[in-house]
Amino acid sequence: MELSINPILLVASLMVASTPILLAAIGEMVVEKAGVLNLGVEGMMIVGAICGFAIAVETGSPAVGFVAAALGGAILSMLFGFLTQYLLSNQVATGLALTLFGLGLSSLMGQGYVGIKPPSTPKLDIPILGDIPVLGPMIFSHDLMVYISLAIVAGVWAFLKYTRGGLILRAVGESHDAAHALGYNVILVRLAAIGFGGACAGLGGAYLSLVRVPQWTEGMTAGAGWIALAIVVFASWRAGRVLLGAYLFGGITVLQLNLQAAGVAIPVELLSMSPYLITILVLVIISSDRNRAALNAPASLGRSFHASS
Amino acid sequence: MIRLEKRPTPSQTWAYLTPLVAVVATMIAGGILFAFLDKDPVVAIRTIFWDPIFGEFAFYYRGQLLVKAGPLILIAIGLSLGFKAGIWNIGAEGQYIMGAIFGAAVGLAFYPMEARWLIFPLMILAGAFGGFLWAMIPGILKTRFNTNEILVSLLLVYVAESILASMSLGLLRNPEGAGFPGSRNLRQYESAANNELIAGWGMHWGVVAAFIAVIFAYILLSRHIMGFNIRLTGESPRAARFAGVNPNRLILFCLGLSGALAGLAGMFEVAGPAGQISIDFNVGYGFTAIIVAFLGRLHPIGILLAGMLMALTYIGGEAAQASLGLPAAAIQAFQGMLLFFLLAFDVLTNFRVRFGREAAV
Amino acid sequence: MKKRTFLLTGVAAAALASGAFADGHAPVKVGFIYVGPIGDGGWTYEHNKGRLAVEEHFGDKVETVFQENVPEGADAERAMTQMALQGADLIFTTSFGYMDPTIAVAAKFPDVKFEHATGYKRADNVSTYSARFYEGRAIQGHIAGNMTKTNKIGYIASFPIPEVIRGINSAYLHAKKVNPDVEFSIVWAYTWFDPAKEADAAKALIENGADVILQHTDSTAPQAAAADAGNVVTFGQASDMGEYAPFPRVSSIIDDWAPYYIQRVQAVMDGTWESVDTWDGIGPGMVGIGEITDAVPADVKAEAEAMRDAIGAGEYHPFTGPINKQDGSVWLAAGETASDGDLAGMSFYIEGLTGEIPN
Repeated sequence: MELSINPILLVASLMVASTPILLAAIGEMVVEKAGVLNLGVEGMMIVGAICGFAIAVETGSPAVGFVAAALGGAILSMLFGFLTQYLLSNQVATGLALTLFGLGLSSLMGQGYVGIKPPSTPKLDIPILGDIPVLGPMIFSHDLMVYISLAIVAGVWAFLKYTRGGLILRAVGESHDAAHALGYNVILVRLAAIGFGGACAGLGGAYLSLVRVPQWTEGMTAGAGWIALAIVVFASWRAGRVLLGAYLFGGITVLQLNLQAAGVAIPVELLSMSPYLITILVLVIISSDRNRAALNAPASLGRSFHASS
Repeated sequence: MIRLEKRPTPSQTWAYLTPLVAVVATMIAGGILFAFLDKDPVVAIRTIFWDPIFGEFAFYYRGQLLVKAGPLILIAIGLSLGFKAGIWNIGAEGQYIMGAIFGAAVGLAFYPMEARWLIFPLMILAGAFGGFLWAMIPGILKTRFNTNEILVSLLLVYVAESILASMSLGLLRNPEGAGFPGSRNLRQYESAANNELIAGWGMHWGVVAAFIAVIFAYILLSRHIMGFNIRLTGESPRAARFAGVNPNRLILFCLGLSGALAGLAGMFEVAGPAGQISIDFNVGYGFTAIIVAFLGRLHPIGILLAGMLMALTYIGGEAAQASLGLPAAAIQAFQGMLLFFLLAFDVLTNFRVRFGREAAV
Repeated sequence: MKKRTFLLTGVAAAALASGAFADGHAPVKVGFIYVGPIGDGGWTYEHNKGRLAVEEHFGDKVETVFQENVPEGADAERAMTQMALQGADLIFTTSFGYMDPTIAVAAKFPDVKFEHATGYKRADNVSTYSARFYEGRAIQGHIAGNMTKTNKIGYIASFPIPEVIRGINSAYLHAKKVNPDVEFSIVWAYTWFDPAKEADAAKALIENGADVILQHTDSTAPQAAAADAGNVVTFGQASDMGEYAPFPRVSSIIDDWAPYYIQRVQAVMDGTWESVDTWDGIGPGMVGIGEITDAVPADVKAEAEAMRDAIGAGEYHPFTGPINKQDGSVWLAAGETASDGDLAGMSFYIEGLTGEIPN
């Protein structure tokens, strides 16, 4: 059988497939840039998924649903924020507990929403751009959230690179004691970052339940939050690379299914593990350049901060 | 104004008291949650915390506590050494799977030969080796190419899951299983079975190994130079380097050991409680063990207790599901709460709560 | 040693407790062990509907208990033991992976009855039951073969196990019968549950030219992907998925465990329960065919319904020879029908399917 994979459609679907991971990963990157490691991404995603789904169904408006998802994710993240920032609990364990709690909470919230079809999120019909051959169907034929996710990535990049706020955030992540000595409110900055991360994870979850699947089922994120965490590390805490990582991972996932659909004779087991293997391989190649890599991890990542210490 | 003041040394009293306070707080908050779900909160809490240990069927549950806690403790002990040194192996789930596959493969290779003195020890070695090997991938990539071990160990979990599926459908599939996935049942193969040492006690070789690991880790950390190096590296990597600690060796040691222990846990599980390699063999012990490690404050005895507590919430939670009709989700949320409280109240160990304005220093 | 006596007395006590219903006072206690959450909208959701039907049918003569999200292996064994200890009279274990645990627990509780879904190991107090979903697949294949314009049918499969392979073969056989040019492309998702991946798989198939999607996974993600594409036909799986009717979902296979569960609970009440191997299909109602919508041409719909009735009446077996295996060797001679043994362990493609079964 000849290879019949259409690259235009492939790119188009990988953009959609990658969006939930991209949203969650860019949020988590900001959190980690502030020196906080929140392993609760999966929990925040799934709570966002049900909040967005339930509100969209009740109001009939996906847009309101997405707002609710962001809020839901952010509220849940504040639980993590309170515990880790004020009560100085261990971040790794608290994050994992957040995932456990979020999975349980979302199932409880979602009990009345199984087997319902959500209101559909319209695709944008962008005039002119959408009519460009090749590029039109490939890049300019999606729903608004795809572009919002890209805008968030660009916004985060610009914020970290060019603004004073970005500088403060990075300072807090690199050395909270120094940032504190300079008069910045470390805890407040970190809480803001955690809240942003929660909101992004919530949006990513809602993108799954409202656009990409779309339906509500318990545990439907099926590990996407963990992949988002891996993508942040893969990106060595850089916004552009988060985009690259998410699209690479999503792209290979879509590609391997396309290869199967096209009947290419590669063992299925190998194809199904390929997204993970290739991500590792690419990271090895990137990070073996010893001059640059590893210097990017925020120095205070995962450490608790207490002002009088 | 409430503020926290760091204690000069952690409070011994609070170190013992906080878990109790946390459990009580969880009972109250969980009780409210259960009441919301129209269940009697007192009965629910009793079913979860009391009945498995002292209730009517405790004779059965006590053994099951060990079955559930064994792998958690074994894996968490290994992880805690790395975590102390700042080495982040979060892929124990994958190492657990590979240990099970290696162990089971060795056992099945000998089938139906009966020679327990040879086969079972070989399986133990193979299980540890499988986990070790899988953990060495992030280890070597980190020491040679500076690749982040969090990412590699985590993604290798998914790769291990694919291999597991492939094994249960292919190489290790039971030839007498009518084409269904899954290997032969090792529990029914005398030489490879990891059955309970005394029927009904729950104690199998994996639980024994977990206890040995606790003692071993305790001695390593308090008496051995390697334990000192681990702690030193965790507290100050620079100081450790000056003290002559080879960071690469330490990374390989910590990852290798945690992988081997996770692999052992997988091997004991597949030959005992689980019985066979199947597509859904792994149930998240590797991830839960991370929580157990931190809940136990990375201390061997703490991990032992934390593992037992986690096991209790699993078993009590299941009982509450079956007897009270509580949804599994409520139990999950409840476990999350318990962890939150345990972690939150820990603050009292290291800090003093002060009311009023900060005194002049 | 003291503990051991404890255990034995405990088991005996439980046995006594479970004998209580015989004198007609206590309600019959029925336990269900589920592999997924009851909110999965698919496999476990349908089993739980069966449980609710039992409650509704018998009222206060039964008490049902269930445990969801029970992993296969040691946890399943504990869940079953727990139910047996607490006096369950009948326990349904609803996943293939519970097979060995069910047998092991049943041996310890000879007075408790067990029913294991989709397995093949039985004992005096262990029955097995399963549904002939391939009968429904035959009807889907017939409709699919008629409705495809590109002659390409996409199939989203989970893992290469006999149940799934049987479905593929049955669908292909009947699609091919009405449309000799039909081709199947099969995507193995290698997961039981990941709605996002199902969505991607459906898209990949559609992009490769498939205009009919069959799925052996439980989420509605493929339905949504098809609705998005506009001209792609789908079928509901496990539950009716009627929210996507009349198009793209043109029909469905519904798991309906209620009749069987009610019948077996009744048997326990009457004291007539015995170990059986049940493999029911459309006839007894274990496999339901969801409404065929008007998006299907009237003649095709009529043929499909006729096939459904013929299968239900036992007049037509979906695997009736001549059928060759993929390598061209003869499986069934003309007029011969497949034995249940062959079907149960099916691990080969039939002639005409391309690609290899992964293992």
